[in-house]
Amino acid sequence: MNNMVDARGLSCPQPVMMTMNEMKKLGKGEVVILVDTDTSRENVSRAAKSQGWQVKSVDSEGTGYRITIVKD
Amino acid sequence: MFKKLFATSPGIIGVGAFIGVFAPLLQKWGNPGNMGVCVACFERDIAGAIGLHRAAVVQYMRPEIIGFVLGALIAAYVFREFRPRTGSAPIARFVLGTFAMIGALVFLGCPWRAMLRLTGGDGNAIFGFIGLIVGIWIGTRFLKGGYDLGRVQPTHTSVGWLLPLIMIGFLVLILVFPPVSGQNQSGVLFYSTQGPGSMHAPLIVSLIVGLAIGFLAQRSRFCTMGAFRDLILFRQIHLFSGVVALLIAAFITNLIVGQFHPGFAKQPVAHTMALWNFGGMLLAGLAFCLAGGCPGRQLFMAGEGDGDAAVFVLGMIVGAGFSHNFGLASSPKGVGPHGIAAVIIGILVCLFIGFTMRKRIA
Repeated sequence: MNNMVDARGLSCPQPVMMTMNEMKKLGKGEVVILVDTDTSRENVSRAAKSQGWQVKSVDSEGTGYRITIVKD
Repeated sequence: MFKKLFATSPGIIGVGAFIGVFAPLLQKWGNPGNMGVCVACFERDIAGAIGLHRAAVVQYMRPEIIGFVLGALIAAYVFREFRPRTGSAPIARFVLGTFAMIGALVFLGCPWRAMLRLTGGDGNAIFGFIGLIVGIWIGTRFLKGGYDLGRVQPTHTSVGWLLPLIMIGFLVLILVFPPVSGQNQSGVLFYSTQGPGSMHAPLIVSLIVGLAIGFLAQRSRFCTMGAFRDLILFRQIHLFSGVVALLIAAFITNLIVGQFHPGFAKQPVAHTMALWNFGGMLLAGLAFCLAGGCPGRQLFMAGEGDGDAAVFVLGMIVGAGFSHNFGLASSPKGVGPHGIAAVIIGILVCLFIGFTMRKRIA
């Protein structure tokens, strides 16, 4: 089971803060983040990159997105 | 490609520069001094136009505001980002909008106007600017402590359309009842015959610039509050770079068109009471941060279907009514008779919201 952050229905900065906390907690590995606005998708992707994580995939899911980020 | 362009650094910088050029130009074309675009002032003028307050000098149905919402709506539809949603503590957002407006009108401007005042040479804006940043900083402490108004729910498309429809209604009103020279009323609308409310660029120019800014800002997520919030919380400069671009572009434009007049006294639509320029904007900045966006951003989010942002906007318009009816708003002479009390009450209300609305309690 992947580490999952469910930020659906939340607006920024909450999705970014939750993603940041998860990245900090794990240090490396894979995290899946669920968001439901394009703004959150962009902000979460930008935050991940700024912390040296890679955005592995962004898939549409329901009315939102499933973002997978990784760090080796 | 075009869709992603605005999410990049050049995208946000370009949008900030666009606003920085066109806001001072709107002044050149007729808008009041250092008020090419001011979301707070213009919503206050709209409140006056529909008679929610009767301050005779600030009544005009500002087409820029209408354009912001409809421009964002168009962008959201073109790029398939219209997402009708609501339900994240709307009443808290209404109250935050009300006090955000009260604070902004003690300073006499929203964050956009703070920047326009600064780049027009108004030294008083420095204190407002510092207040804004301190207010946002306090807001970020609450965010770090778990402050959260809760999740939104998807809703009917027509819910997301309500504020845009209200704006279309406002547009119809100004077309049906256009200003008549020298008269303070035209049909149901009130119009200023003197003061800032009487100063405006031609309707079509204001509307087109408003639509363009609304469209671009929806794409780029331009937000003056978010700029400082993200810088403080995450050391991220993305949104901040847009604000810097606006400042530089507005400064250069003001220099070129001869609108840079450095000083403190006798600045247009401004007062010199430093402490309350600071205090008013501190209240506004805190309220914007707790509500998740500056007044401009709230209009753009409302245009992309966010019903809670729409409630914040309506809170601001109602707040403008209170501001002028209760003597809270400042004037060039200084703060209103009850402005100081209102700022203190507003800060207490924001602290109440910040301390009591946390994740672990909800």
